Amino acid sequence: MASAFDRIADIIAETSDVERDSITPDSHVINDLGIDSLDFLDIVFAIDKEFGIKVPVEAWTQQVNNGEAPAEQYFVMKNLAVRIEELVAAKAAGA
Amino acid sequence: MRLEYFQMIDRVTAVEPERLVAEARVPEAGPVFEGHFPGHPLVPGVLLMETMAQASGYLLLHRMGFARMPFLAAVKEAKLRSFVGPGTALEIEASLVHEGSGYAVTSGRIAASGRRICDAEITLRILDFPAPELAAAMRAQAERIGLTRFPSGGPDDLQS
Repeated sequence: MASAFDRIADIIAETSDVERDSITPDSHVINDLGIDSLDFLDIVFAIDKEFGIKVPVEAWTQQVNNGEAPAEQYFVMKNLAVRIEELVAAKAAGA
Repeated sequence: MRLEYFQMIDRVTAVEPERLVAEARVPEAGPVFEGHFPGHPLVPGVLLMETMAQASGYLLLHRMGFARMPFLAAVKEAKLRSFVGPGTALEIEASLVHEGSGYAVTSGRIAASGRRICDAEITLRILDFPAPELAAAMRAQAERIGLTRFPSGGPDDLQS
């Protein structure tokens, strides 16, 4: 199966105007790829469906806004892929 | 329906955890029909979208115990299958498709006399109430349409 990074990058390319080739592990989803909040919502919905999880975007955003976590931890592609893999693993462990 | 006041739902008839059914009757006359269209009055399609969005919003409000407010964010795969004229009795249904973090996706449908009128996939953002007046107004509307007759979900739903 494709890596989480590839699956997420595919979703972003299919859901927004971003070219698949322009998405790298170091791309910041918002700052570099220029994805607006509505497209990001669509992307999260697609990720939720693809991976069978509920990406806790509100909690992430709150942590970033409160200075408890750097935005890169959640919104740079390679880190986002790790977070998604963690969520999938946590769900599998709890199932 | 009071089209000019965007009161699209008359009465909620059934609520389940992931589904809400409501009814509405299109008024016999009104300013909307003077423009849309002269000699051929039809409920504008955007108002049918709004009607499905409101049913979806009430479903989510009910699930969340009126703790937060759903705002319409996207309408996809919208299909307007039949004209709707004055006096038509509508049955509106909203079903939960997905409950995400800070948003929800629903499936909206409207029928009249068993015939499909329209359907769409609707995305709503879930935000904190921006003003206490809005929270109070939504509760008042929910009372008006009989939504509060049904036991509500807890305020913890749709959080995180």
